[in-house]
Amino acid sequence: MKISAIITLKQDVLDPQGKVIHQTLDGMGFKDVKEVRQGKYFEIEVEENDPSKAKKLVEDICKKLLANLVIENYKIIETQ
Amino acid sequence: MKSSVITFPGSNCDRDMDVALNKFGFKNKMIWHNDIELPKSDLVVLPGGFSYGDYLRCGSMASKSKIMQSVIKFANSGGLVMGICNGFQILVEAGLVPGVLLRNKYLEFICKNVFVKIGNKENPYFKNHEKNIFEFHIAHNEGNYFCTNEQLKEIEDNNQIAIYYCNEKGQTEEQFNPNGSIKNIAGILNKKRNVLGMMPHPERMIDQSLSGTDGSIFFKNLINNIK
Repeated sequence: MKISAIITLKQDVLDPQGKVIHQTLDGMGFKDVKEVRQGKYFEIEVEENDPSKAKKLVEDICKKLLANLVIENYKIIETQ
Repeated sequence: MKSSVITFPGSNCDRDMDVALNKFGFKNKMIWHNDIELPKSDLVVLPGGFSYGDYLRCGSMASKSKIMQSVIKFANSGGLVMGICNGFQILVEAGLVPGVLLRNKYLEFICKNVFVKIGNKENPYFKNHEKNIFEFHIAHNEGNYFCTNEQLKEIEDNNQIAIYYCNEKGQTEEQFNPNGSIKNIAGILNKKRNVLGMMPHPERMIDQSLSGTDGSIFFKNLINNIK
């Protein structure tokens, strides 16, 4: 089954890319944007078909490689 | 004195480091990342570069490579491990030194000479130096040192800050901080002070006709400290 993971920067970590995107949006006329934070999105297909086991596996992957827990949070979504 | 420089796919300062180590008396061996065994070494160096193309996060892939298991074991048993630039990023990803290295504050790749001031002389890398301020070269996109408040407190309490960015007089104001690092941190030690990670490249400062000689001073002192 397919599991997705979203990695985002923790709130108190500076995100200069997000800031620049926000400034650019502002310059383009999108005046109603309050903040932009950039993250990463992963689609992971696993052999496991049990949703809770599959999520657990991806959680392990997030902790050990995909996210650096000093600065990032992860969120796991079951997609299929 | 024996040293080992690990070459990862994408390392590009490994040969400069080899030249520097050999020049100042180390017998250096180049070790491929896929090797499992680390040869007997007095010093292991993780060189600068762009291991694995900086994919995912700088240093994250390299920190999981086969040889790193041996490097981590070596470091945990008290062996000297030094990571320069991308090597520093690999060290933080491997958990051998605290914190992380974020994208530079102003989103620029920085390539220039900077001054750094020694923050801790009670370690094999910086002890016995008469000089306190060094001119080194930096070249990086992700050198913005960051850690949690709890980690920072621990680092400061244990006196783990090895070097700070400063000006030629050793002043460490924010204006002399090239990349946004917390507290102007340019290099950091682990708790036992046998592992050093730093962004500046001493191996680029070993020849007056090319750049400068503060790197020569660094390496000469290092080998004398290890002997």
